[in-house]
Order: sequence, then C-alpha cells, then structure tokens
Amino acid sequence: MKRTVPLLISAVTGFALIGTAFIPSFVDWGNDAMAWFNLLAAFAFILGGGNLLKMQLQKISAQQAGWGYAAVTLIAFFTTLFVGLAKVGVHPNAKFPEFSWSGNYLEEGSAFWWFFEYIFTPLSATMFALLAFYISSAAFRAFRAKNTEATILLIIAVIVLLGRTYASEWLTGGLPNTPIFGEGGITYSDFKLDHLSQIIMDDFTTPGMRAIKIGIALGVASTSLKVLLGVDRSYLGSDQEA
Amino acid sequence: MHLWKNVVIRQLMIPLLCFAASMAESRAAEPPKAKQLAPPTQFRAEDVPGDAGTGIDLFWTLSKDDEEDTKPRKVLRYVISRKQVGGEEEEVVLNSGTPLVVEVEEKKSEFEVIGEATYRKNTFRDSNCETDVPYLYRIQAFGPNNTSSPAVEIDEPIIASLQWFNLQRSWFAVFVFLICGSVIVFIEMARRGRKLKIRKIAGLEAITDAVGRATEMGRSCLFVPGIQDINDIQTVAGITVLSQVAKTTADYRATLEVPTARSLVMTTARDTVEAAYLQAGRPDEYNEDNIYYITDEQFGYVASVTGKMVRDKPAACFYMGAFYAESLILAETGNSVGAIQVAGTAMPTQLPFFVAACDFTLIGEEFFAASAYLSGEPQQLGSLKGQDFGKLIGGILLLAGCLIMTVSAFESRGEPPSEENKTFLQSAQTYLIENILGKGGF
Repeated sequence: MKRTVPLLISAVTGFALIGTAFIPSFVDWGNDAMAWFNLLAAFAFILGGGNLLKMQLQKISAQQAGWGYAAVTLIAFFTTLFVGLAKVGVHPNAKFPEFSWSGNYLEEGSAFWWFFEYIFTPLSATMFALLAFYISSAAFRAFRAKNTEATILLIIAVIVLLGRTYASEWLTGGLPNTPIFGEGGITYSDFKLDHLSQIIMDDFTTPGMRAIKIGIALGVASTSLKVLLGVDRSYLGSDQEA
Repeated sequence: MHLWKNVVIRQLMIPLLCFAASMAESRAAEPPKAKQLAPPTQFRAEDVPGDAGTGIDLFWTLSKDDEEDTKPRKVLRYVISRKQVGGEEEEVVLNSGTPLVVEVEEKKSEFEVIGEATYRKNTFRDSNCETDVPYLYRIQAFGPNNTSSPAVEIDEPIIASLQWFNLQRSWFAVFVFLICGSVIVFIEMARRGRKLKIRKIAGLEAITDAVGRATEMGRSCLFVPGIQDINDIQTVAGITVLSQVAKTTADYRATLEVPTARSLVMTTARDTVEAAYLQAGRPDEYNEDNIYYITDEQFGYVASVTGKMVRDKPAACFYMGAFYAESLILAETGNSVGAIQVAGTAMPTQLPFFVAACDFTLIGEEFFAASAYLSGEPQQLGSLKGQDFGKLIGGILLLAGCLIMTVSAFESRGEPPSEENKTFLQSAQTYLIENILGKGGF
C-alpha cells in the first residue's frame, strides 16, 4: 500500500502531463498537477526547517565536532525568521497606514532587506567567486600533456581560449587575406585564432553536444517510462519499516 | 501731398493689422489638428491551431507610416480591441401567452481594448477567448501626441474552437509512440527471459570499489543528489542510483551521508536508503539522521557540503543529479580531500567540469542507464535496449536528412528552389524541415 498508492498517483499524473503535449484539453489537468506539486513543496519547507533545527540542536547538545557552526546556523535561522515575520523596519503600506504590518517585507531599508543585501548576497557571491580558482586548478590538471589525447586537448583548449579573447587579435590579427596556394584557396587569415576557435566550436563542439543531448532525451524518456510503469520502484522505498 | 498719403496708408493698415491679429488669435484658440496616420491593412484573424479553444491569432500589414528607419517614429503601437458578437438569448412569455425568444442583452457590445503590439510588429495572440464564441476584432495605430489611424475591423466574426488533438505535434507523437513502445516491448522481452547484452560502464563498476575503499579507510561515503527538487527527472535518476549505492554501503557496512537541498528529496532519499538497507538485510545499520536537509539556497548548500567534506574527508563522493555552477566547487573540493569521485548528470554545461575533476563521469544517457545497470534486473535492462532503438531511429533520420539535404543542394546548385519547380528531393527536404522537425504535422 505504501508503494502502490504513490505509484498510482505518479502514473496518473505523469501520463496526464504527457497528454498535455498532444491533447489541448489536458492542459488544465497538467496545470493542476503542477499546482499540487507547488503546494506540496510549500509544505515541505516546514519539513525541511524542522529537520534543519533537529540536526543542529543534536549537534549542539552532543557537543559534536564543529558544533559552533551549528550554533551560528541556528542564530542566523531564528534572526532571519524573526525579522522577516515581524517585518522589522518595514513602513506601513500607504494605502493602509493604520495597519503597521501592511508594508512589504522586502521593502528597501527594512531589516530583512538589509540582511539580504549586505549579508546573504555578498556571502553567495563569495562562494560563487571561488569558482574562478577552482576552474584554474581543474584546467591545470585536465590540460597536463600526459599523453597524446591530453596534448590534443591542451592545444584545442589554448586555441579556443585565445580565440575568444582579444589576444587573438594581437597574435594573429595581422595575417593577410591572401591565398596560400594559387587563387581562391585557403588564405592566411583563415588561421586567425578567432576563426579557428569558431570552427572548433561550430564543427566539433556543437555536434558533440547535440549527440549528448539526443542521448539525454532518450534516457529521460526511458527513465520516465520506467518510473510511470512501476518498473523501477526503488525511489518509493519499501512497504516494510526498518 | 506726402503727408496725406501717409495718413491714408496708416488708416488702411490699422484694419488690416486688426484683421490679421484676429485671424492669428482665432487660429491659436483652435486645437492643433492631429494628422491622421495611415491604418494597418489586411487585418485578419485565425483560430490558433492545436489549442484548447482559447486562442485567436491576429495578423495585419503594417501601417505605411510604420517605417523602419524613421525617427521620431510616427507609429508607436497598435491597439487591439475585441467585442463579442451576438447577445444572450432568453425565452420571454408575452401577455398573449406566446413564448418568444429575444435577445435580451447585447453582451459586451462595445469594443474593449485587449492588448497592444509595439511598432513593427504585425501579429498578436489573444489567449483569453471563450470556446465557440464569435468575436470581432479591431486594430488602430497610435503615434505620438495622440495621433491615430482610422480603426480597421476584421471582415467577419471568428470563433476559437477546441481541437481534440494537436496535429502540429503529430510527428512528435509518432516518435514518442515508437520509442516508448520499443522500451515497453524490450522490457516485456526481458521479463520473458530473453538475454540482453549490455556493455560495461566503467563509472558504475567503480562504485563498488569506491565504497570498498571507504570501508577500508574507515571513512564515510558522500552522496549528493543534485540541487533540484524531486519533480526533476535527473533527481529521480539520482535517487535510483542512491538505492544501489546504499545497498553496497549496507553490504560493506560503510557510512553513507546524503545532504539534500530540497526537503522532498530528503524524504524520498530516506525511504530509498531505508528500503536498500532492508533489502541488504541490515536494517539496524540504517541511520536516518545521515540523510538530512541543508538549504534550498544553491551556494548555502555548497558551503555546507564543502565544509563537511573538508572536515570529515569522505573517501568516496558521488554526485548524481542536476547540477549548476556548484558542480566544480563540489568536485574540486572532493578532489582536494583525496576522495574517489563518481559523477553523473544530464546537464551538458556541467559535464566538462565533472570530467576534469572526477575520476569517473556518467555522461548523459549513461547516468540514466545507471540504475538499470546496477540493479541488473532484466526488465530494467530491457529499457536500455529501448533507448538503443531510439538511437537507431535518430541515426536513420540523421543520415536520411544529411543525404537529402546534400543531394538537393547539388540539384539546386546554390539557388533556392522555386515553389513551382521543386524536385522530389527538394520537396522531401521541405517536408523534413517543416513537417517532421517543424510544426507542419502530417
């Protein structure tokens, strides 16, 4: 029962959503199904918040390694929750001045806005900025010329890298537009880095990406079908309790 | 004499000046007459094909004043109005007792503005129509300073009708039917005991080794199911792989941690891992606290998971699901702590990062095949053969398309084919592009 009912719900909803692609009158059903999911996801926030609190409180009470981080998480969680719910620093809406909580919680200058603007955004940006360093370290490892394939990869990477920057103009901008052999053949300017880079992107990368996408599309179709038909039920758990 | 002439001229000038002044005054009092714009022409309406009877497409030829390079622009927008034709009918009983059906109300008899299109646009879709209700449409061009064109109406009312099947997607439906049908057929064949040969996937073979290594080192295994919710098929595929990974960790008695970015994924992952431990015969080893929710926020999640990696130094990291910019941050941190890493995703943009930073990467379809491959169940393996059949169809279409395009290019020798003198191959090319790949349908 624990697996049959969810399987039935997912199968009916899934096939209705497939139907929306071909049967116009199914579109409303599809929209309803998506609305159900949004409702579920909204309630799941409570579940998530509860789990977060439980885990962090357990860490603090057991004085586990790094319990200080758990304390910081809890303080940040409750402070943000309070300033958001209590609308600290929010002015009443001009239409309803008698109701002190009628303003928008994200109003510029409010405490919640301040937290978002001056704590959350810079912290997110900091994490994102780490990506630049990680790209360098990953590229260094990936492009080490250990064997023939890695050497080819390195050469192609350098061409694309330089071809997409102004270095291409500095290094190969002066190549003349005159044919190398005879009339109307390949010209010297065909070897400009930006041109070579474009050839690599259009003639090699794009077909490769398309092939991967075709494989992905087929994989999606096959996995969806397995899930809808109940061939793969591993995501539904077990009927028994551990 | 000279003095007399001056007096006469002055006397004549005064009334003339008065007349000129009064004329100027009266002109100033009149509002400036706005110049009328040229109206849009050939205004027509069509029912939107393949919809639920809620849309009507409007087309027109641009006003002559709506020129591309004229500045300032004479036409700024086209205002579209609509009115419902006909009224509500009601049966009224007259004094004589005779029933009479009369039109009691000319429902929405006035044109109401329903939207506008900017200059140089010649189409508009009205998506708020009622099915089988006749409408009349009117269009008017407007320019600066309230200049406008005469209103233009469509010739006759139009209705939006419900189509039971979207014929524009008929070819798509054929392919869906073929591919899904082949998946079902192969699953059924596998169920009946037909042996299927599946090639080895190195990344999946490595999962057992990675878990074994973690057990030997006394460290944990980390499974990251992506940052999307359970409605994303990649997350579902990731969770099915988690099931197989959990069985292995249960067999090896290794610790498995699953931090999630969505609470629904957390509950699904808990159920899955619990079932896997039960199946492995070690329900006592299952600890639901090892599967926990962190945050929905992308970089908050990354900060927490990478922090965990650096502190706990897991021996094996699995990244299976939908990833965005966090893919490389996670994979590089895992690499820096010396973990064996296996990644699988269907995000083409993130694949190079995983390839660069992980030991094994499941690329696209391999990721979706992982669950079937690891489970070894015949009916699941059958679905992989169905995928192969889909690839066969795709390959045949690709070859046919390349062949037709190449040969027809030679036929037309660089010149675009005219509508009347199209050869068979040129017609096939058009059909392929417009009907099979486009929205032409059958």
